[in-house]
Amino acid sequence: MTDASLIARKTWMATLAKAPPARLAVLLPDIPPHTVLRQPEIGAVMVRGRVGATGAAFNLGEMTVTRASVRLETGEVGHAWVRGRDRGHALRAAVVDALMQTTRADHLRTQLLNPLQDEALSTRTARVGKALATKVDFFTMVRGEDK
Amino acid sequence: MNAPQHSDALAGGFTDAPVQSARAFREILEAMARPGTIRRVSGATSPAPLSVAASVALLVLTDPTTRLHLAGRADCPAVRDWVSFHTGAPFVRAEDADFALGTWEALHPVDRFRIGQPDYPDRSATLIVECDRLVNHGPALTGPGIETATWLNLPETAAFRANRALFPLGFDTIFTAGDRMAGLPRSTRVEAS
Repeated sequence: MTDASLIARKTWMATLAKAPPARLAVLLPDIPPHTVLRQPEIGAVMVRGRVGATGAAFNLGEMTVTRASVRLETGEVGHAWVRGRDRGHALRAAVVDALMQTTRADHLRTQLLNPLQDEALSTRTARVGKALATKVDFFTMVRGEDK
Repeated sequence: MNAPQHSDALAGGFTDAPVQSARAFREILEAMARPGTIRRVSGATSPAPLSVAASVALLVLTDPTTRLHLAGRADCPAVRDWVSFHTGAPFVRAEDADFALGTWEALHPVDRFRIGQPDYPDRSATLIVECDRLVNHGPALTGPGIETATWLNLPETAAFRANRALFPLGFDTIFTAGDRMAGLPRSTRVEAS
C-alpha cells in the first residue's frame, strides 16, 4: 500500500469513526452482504495529545470505542474503530471501509463520505464561530511600567 | 502498514465470543481441575498446523498482557498473524513466556520455561502441547482432583515427575489433539514408566 492510498484510507476511516451513528444509518440504510471477522466489541482507548507546550504526549483521558472487522463476498477486508458504543455504527463503518477498496469507491465517496465530511466541517465551523465570539483581547496586560 | 499476509489469518475466531469463550473457559477449567479427563472444545479454527483445541485455548487464555512462545512448526507467519489479529499476544522467547505452544518435541528442553518464584508461584508458564491423539491409557496419574487414579498417554514421564518435585513451583500443561484437550497441572503425581 502506497503512502497516498494509506493517507486516503486513514482519512475516510477517520470520517466514518467520527460520524454521528444516526446520520450514517440514514446514508447507508442497508448493509451490503458481508461476513463478520470480528464481532463489534466495545472497549476503551487512551486518547493522547500534545496538550502542554513542550510537545510531549499527554494522556488526555479514556474514550469508549467500538471496533469491528468484516470481509465482503469479493474478499476485501474492512476494519473500523468508531467513537461510542453503537455496534451498528462499527459494522457500517467497517463495511464502508471494505467497499472503498472496490470499484464502488467513487459512488460511495460522493454519496456518503463527502456529505459526512461537509457536515463535520460545518459543525466544527459553527462551534469555532461561537467560541470566537466570546474572545476577549486583554490589551490591558501591557501596563507600560517599563517606560 | 503491517497488514496480515494471509487472508485466513482474519477468519476462524469465535462467532459468538461471550458465549463461546465462557463455555471454552469452563472446559479448560474442568480439564485443569480434573487432571487426565479429556474434554471437547469447539468454535475456533486457526491456520495449520494448530488444532482446534489449541486455537480455542489461545483465544480464551491469551491477550495483549500474556507473553506467548510459539515453538517448532507452530511458529509460522500464518499462525503469528492469526494470534496477533485475534488476541494481540506478544511473541517472546521460551524463557519469558507465560504460555508456550508446540509439540512436545518442539517445546524441549522444558526446564527452560518459567516455574514461578517461591513468593509468587503463579508467575510460571503454561505449556499447550499439541499431540497426535489423546486417550485415557498410559502412565497412571494421582493427586488433587483425581479420586483414585486416571491414565493418560503422556509423551514422557520423567519431565513431569521432575516438575512435580518442584511443587509449589513448576509449569502447568494442557494437552491438545483435534478438538480434545486434557490438563496436567503441576500438582499431579505421574507414575514412573
